[in-house]
Amino acid sequence: MSDLRDLYQEVILDHSKKPRNYRRMEDSCSRAEGFNPLCGDQLVLFVKVASGIIQDISFEGSGCAISKASASMMTGAVKGKTLEEADRVFEHFHKMVTGQPGDPFDAEILGKLAVFSGVCEFPARVKCASLAWHTLKAALKGEGQQVTTE
Amino acid sequence: MSTLVKASAASAPGADPAAPFDVERVRKDFPILDQEIHHGKHLVYLDNAATSQKPQVVMDALGRYYGADNANVHRGVHRLSERATEAYEGARRRIRQFLNAGEDREIVFVRGTTEAINLVAHGWGRRFFKAGDRVVVSEMEHHSNIVPWQMLRDELGIELAVIPMDDEGQLELEGLEELLTARTKLVSVVHVSNALGTVNPVERIVQLAHARGVPVLLDGAQAVPHIGVDVRALDADFYVFSGHKLFGPTGIGVLYGKAERLEAMQPYQGGGDMIRSVTFEKTTYNVIPYKFEAGTPHISGAIALGEAIEWFRALDLAGVEAHERALLELATRRLREVPGVRIVGTAREKLGVVSFVMEGVHPHDIGTVLDLEGVAIRTGHHCAQPVMQHFKVPATARASFALYNTASEIDALVAALAKVREVFC
Repeated sequence: MSDLRDLYQEVILDHSKKPRNYRRMEDSCSRAEGFNPLCGDQLVLFVKVASGIIQDISFEGSGCAISKASASMMTGAVKGKTLEEADRVFEHFHKMVTGQPGDPFDAEILGKLAVFSGVCEFPARVKCASLAWHTLKAALKGEGQQVTTE
Repeated sequence: MSTLVKASAASAPGADPAAPFDVERVRKDFPILDQEIHHGKHLVYLDNAATSQKPQVVMDALGRYYGADNANVHRGVHRLSERATEAYEGARRRIRQFLNAGEDREIVFVRGTTEAINLVAHGWGRRFFKAGDRVVVSEMEHHSNIVPWQMLRDELGIELAVIPMDDEGQLELEGLEELLTARTKLVSVVHVSNALGTVNPVERIVQLAHARGVPVLLDGAQAVPHIGVDVRALDADFYVFSGHKLFGPTGIGVLYGKAERLEAMQPYQGGGDMIRSVTFEKTTYNVIPYKFEAGTPHISGAIALGEAIEWFRALDLAGVEAHERALLELATRRLREVPGVRIVGTAREKLGVVSFVMEGVHPHDIGTVLDLEGVAIRTGHHCAQPVMQHFKVPATARASFALYNTASEIDALVAALAKVREVFC
């Protein structure tokens, strides 16, 4: 039985109301736009990478609580990480939100992102949670790309 | 509220046309409505503009067709094929009567509203439009009445002109006459807006367009489940709708076209059933409506749609309309009382839809919280992104009603919105 609080945990609500790293970055080395046509979520992600490490990351945009909180917490989770480490977090995150309720996940790698474990019980919201991550992948692959969740 | 007079218990639902509309009795025709959707939460289905639920008679018609009458139509000499053909053509007749069209052959079966509009774009537009010609749509169209014309624009170099709407969500018809130039070849507008619920003054639009000799297509997808439509009184050249919003199955819909219009159109798809004779040198097309019904049609869908329409027409339609008006008024009043809620689309004439936003909460989150309370609504842009752009919102939450909804379901909606505020505000 899925419960409202499984999805909208306090941490998620907090990040959605006060998103961290929510700003434009003029000197980013890459950026990408993410768009979820289903619900109109859209975000622009700015990333600064040097020596294979994500030095800085920020975002702007509008969206539902889940997509906003996910973007906010993602920026916190990958800042200072190598590209390989960020990729590994993404893989684990993706597996968690698209898995079955109760599936084990690596709490060490995911850290605070584990609050999104309830998302897998809400199939309609998986795209909201993963939008920022797909956008990050696009940003790291090349400049100016637009990704959609469709 | 609506009339709740109990008719005699012995009569079958809808059997007696004189029986006053009784929502509780009608609900019994829809087994899907009686279910627990989440633990302890009974389903409150308020997503009828997306698709309506189906009465038992419609499901029975599908089963009966496949169980007793299944055969291909217009082909066999055998008894079963005759029965299938009779039922299929019988459905066409029922739809003709429902729309008060003049002739059965003016009813073309299609997959739905989208295909009907695409059929006209292809059959009429590609045949008669030239570069520089103009098609007029409105600012509140569903994407299905925008994109087919844009495709023609890109292909033929025609121009798309848009009737603007005001901030109440009403079309500004003062501008229409200016849009109707000598090069205007079609006006294609929605009868009732799916995103806002606005009922457009289509009689007036048809008059203005016809005064300039411009034919009119009306998208009736959101109108036919709520009000009686008389295509001859409207004098519409084309009228289109989907079966699944009218208590029928998915995958079946209707293009009504005046016979002379349909006859002038080129076929949409080539294939079986749409031909009179084929040689490798030359093909002669069948007469209307078969010219547009290539391939084996959705026979069961057409029959079941006919059944849905028969079921609907047997109701006390004045009672249905009064009930739905009361529901919409109640929902509008109650939603206005919820702190932070703003209704998007406040036209004087509305039907079936309340679109709204809530301060500080994204519609998608509203939708999820409501769902857990058992209340099914739609959130998003409702395939009408220009409407969202007009109102400067990324999306709205939309509650849409059908004749089987009740006042207590509005209570459930409002109570669930209180829960949304509890979580987010």
